[in-house]
Amino acid sequence: MNDLTSYLGHVFGHLRKDLRIEWRSRDSINGMLFFSLLVVVVFSLAFDPTAAVSRQISGGILWVALLFATVTALNQSWTREQNNQVLEAQRMAPAPASALFLGKALANMIFVLVVEAVLAPVFVVFYNLHVLGNPWLLAIILPLGTWALVVNGTFFAVLGLRTRNRELLLPLLLLPISLPALLEMVQATTGVLTAGLDPIQINSWIIQLAGYDIIFTIICLLLFDTVLNAE
Amino acid sequence: MPIVIRPAILRNAAWLWFFGALAILAVGFREAIFIAPTEATMGDVQRIFYYHVPSALMGLIFPYVNFFASLAYLYWRRRDPLKALAADALALASAEVTVVFVSIGLLTGMLWARASWGIWWTWDARLTTYLLLWLLYVSYLLLRRFSSSGESNTLAAVISVFAAVDVPIVYMSIHWWRTQHPSPVFSGNGSLDPSMWPAFLWNVFGWGLWGVFIILFRFALERRRQLAEQDDALTAIEASLETAP
Repeated sequence: MNDLTSYLGHVFGHLRKDLRIEWRSRDSINGMLFFSLLVVVVFSLAFDPTAAVSRQISGGILWVALLFATVTALNQSWTREQNNQVLEAQRMAPAPASALFLGKALANMIFVLVVEAVLAPVFVVFYNLHVLGNPWLLAIILPLGTWALVVNGTFFAVLGLRTRNRELLLPLLLLPISLPALLEMVQATTGVLTAGLDPIQINSWIIQLAGYDIIFTIICLLLFDTVLNAE
Repeated sequence: MPIVIRPAILRNAAWLWFFGALAILAVGFREAIFIAPTEATMGDVQRIFYYHVPSALMGLIFPYVNFFASLAYLYWRRRDPLKALAADALALASAEVTVVFVSIGLLTGMLWARASWGIWWTWDARLTTYLLLWLLYVSYLLLRRFSSSGESNTLAAVISVFAAVDVPIVYMSIHWWRTQHPSPVFSGNGSLDPSMWPAFLWNVFGWGLWGVFIILFRFALERRRQLAEQDDALTAIEASLETAP
């Protein structure tokens, strides 16, 4: 029990540190926000959708916009740790390495959730969206989908830390691994927006997404120590 | 470059294996092209089956080699670095051969699809899953290329674990996706006529032998590269010791 509280204390410490750094600069959130907004505008101009069509495609566009925005932000999330050799200090610290990972992933999750909260009304306005299904389901789908993107993205971003072409490597790794999650969240979101799917099917997509989240969270936590000290 | 002297028996076994694989492939070719009966509805185009399915099968088997070699690497990384290097060479060799076989499977599949269904590609469950398998292993090889030599082994092994976990999830989600939408119905391969089995089995056997041969060859090559690297490192250390005051 004591171990757990101290572990959670470490996670919370890392989370607080990341939030404070972000609060002072607000680089990631501003960057992500503007980037995803641009994607929304670009898709809108490129496809010029009617209301019915936009209901069909906006679930996909929302997630593609978030996926790309997440990639741009995650690339920077570990570079902060490299300034002044903070990362080396983290590696030597007796605290569990997975707490560092979990704290950072949670911080990134919060950033992306903030972006989603701002982006959702924009979507409704620009695409003339009128949700036909149960909108409260989105409150489950969005966090689950975001976690699926962020947990693997944070993990792969640390892989790229000491590689060449860091900015290029993250999407190359993240996109193939995330494709099943992307399929699950887009199907569930579109199902809610269009009310075209049976609620049982939407539930099953949500359960699959939750399963994906759990499996990859466990793998990331288990392997993070190996990756941080890979040499 | 250090000269690695391999025992003559190993060398002879490799040659024997090589010619054995070629001979069996030749038998398979004769069976597939000249002996197997022409398929009733598709005609001669169906003969691509004898090459498509064995390649696709090998593309599904060799990822397991990659996965277990990567696990072995992660296990031995700290405990026995020399064994770990061997496991890593095996992982690299099997990943490269996987990509080759999956590519052949995809390309021959496209040719066949064009001839018998009239389309090059469809987002059917099996095709999509297979394409994702290809994407995963290409990204694995890209990671190996991009990361610096000191740590690429570990990072690649980690990604291999991710890919291996991802494949069943991909399979489940895509099957679930595609079974709830109406999609072009393909009856799979159906049942194979008994007269077609010999051609099929000879080719599976031949391509299996060939694939294993290429993996071992690539493995030996990678081992040589690793040994040369170690040798260079040793020479560099010795040189630095001599110049030290």
